[in-house]
Amino acid sequence: MKNWLSQHAQTLWLALKRLRQNPFASLLNISVIGIALSLPGGLYVLLNNLESLSRQVSGEPQISLFLSMQADSAEASQIQARLKSHPGVRNFQFVPRDQALRELQKAAGIADVVQSLTQNPLPDAFIIHAKDSSADALQRLRDEFRSWPNTAHVQLDSLWAQRLEALLRLGKFVILLLAILLSFALVAVTFNTIRLQILTHREEIEVAKLIGATHRFIRRPFLYIGALQGLAGGVVAWAIVAVSIQVLNIGIADLTRLYAINFQLNHLNTSDSLSLMLFSAWLGWLGAWMSVSRHLHQIEPR
Amino acid sequence: MISLSQVCKRYPGGYDALKNISFTMQPGELVAVTGHSGAGKSTLLKLIAAIERPTRGSIIVNGQNTSSLRPAAVPYLRRNFGLVFQDHKLLFERTVFENVLLPLQITGFERKESAKRVRAALDKVGLLDKEKMFPVTLSGGEQQRLCIARAIVNRPAILLADEPTGNLDTAYASDIMELFKSFNQVGVTVIIASHDEAMLMRLNPRLLKLNRGELAP
Repeated sequence: MKNWLSQHAQTLWLALKRLRQNPFASLLNISVIGIALSLPGGLYVLLNNLESLSRQVSGEPQISLFLSMQADSAEASQIQARLKSHPGVRNFQFVPRDQALRELQKAAGIADVVQSLTQNPLPDAFIIHAKDSSADALQRLRDEFRSWPNTAHVQLDSLWAQRLEALLRLGKFVILLLAILLSFALVAVTFNTIRLQILTHREEIEVAKLIGATHRFIRRPFLYIGALQGLAGGVVAWAIVAVSIQVLNIGIADLTRLYAINFQLNHLNTSDSLSLMLFSAWLGWLGAWMSVSRHLHQIEPR
Repeated sequence: MISLSQVCKRYPGGYDALKNISFTMQPGELVAVTGHSGAGKSTLLKLIAAIERPTRGSIIVNGQNTSSLRPAAVPYLRRNFGLVFQDHKLLFERTVFENVLLPLQITGFERKESAKRVRAALDKVGLLDKEKMFPVTLSGGEQQRLCIARAIVNRPAILLADEPTGNLDTAYASDIMELFKSFNQVGVTVIIASHDEAMLMRLNPRLLKLNRGELAP
């Protein structure tokens, strides 16, 4: 076991040495991998942030039912009774027009405007939470409420959030496609790097085969090189995403101060970061493995 | 230990390098293969080391038939041999020490013990003081001795040498021959192929003479 570990440590050392032998080529390869992976990685982070923002803003979907201005309290309690017995309604809240005005007065900035009004422009309203909060069910409820007497306006508050969610789903699909395409490119990059490595070490491979090296022994350093290069590329991609988010956050801080909301882009979490790096290392390993299987048996001692 | 029966080797293009070769070697023998160039000496050694496969016939090494060996088993067969080449086949980006270490790395030898063995092998061929140098800085004779050190570091049962003195002057060449003799004296089976029959005769070997791919009587 100790011997086995020491063999792998030696191989790791050899792989690092070979990467250092061509520092320029290695750095270029690592940058290519890093930049290619930072694209889907960065988009993923942005989408994740948008998603959490939309959840934070939208909350639970609700329906607002505004009575017409002429409706009196008897008519309002009639609607209240209908809502109480409606099978699709989970709970609801009655907001009398006076209370609505008081709340409006509390809201920053428009107290002066409200005080200058001669009469209350707001109608009585109900805020309704449905039992089934799917988009279809909500729309059906809205249409039904609209047909009731004395209702002036029925509004579905979370429709935009659902549309945003559908857009985000589409965005995630695009990222997935992008990631798959770029993964192919990365495997191709590693394939070629390892092919060149095999050609430059042709003599060494021949000698090793003559001395009795197994295929596995010869293959090992190349697999390490591929995996190391992939890992380094993953770290570069992570760093690109991290720096971009820092820079974007400076811009966002200005914007959010103007709009008086509190929002900051979050970085990739630990498990996503690890996945990014490990996936990249695995791609490198895969490219190296394909290259080695393709090219190594062509080198036989003569 | 090594037994060939009716071995033929035909290269693509129809050239017959070896025709109907049969002989048997006992452990501890010292065999010299001679003949003019193109007689098939190198081919014979390559067949024994499973670098080439015979077209016909069988080659048994340590009870294994090399012509029916799975590719995955070939490396393990080769570990029975120490190979010495005319062109040395040294690795020039590795030091003298690392060149000799390679066979032990391949067999997965323990590290400290490896270093001891490498130094013992280098001592044997007289290169102990040059272990940190690179092969380019060595003379032709020293490079050949380095190749021999690499061949013996694994303590193989059989030593195969193809024209080991090919490019060397006489003084160096007899040094090298003495080395082979000393290995044979401690029980290693040695096969040396060379066109220089006079040089080989000093070792008092069993002589195998090849003539156009056939074994001369």
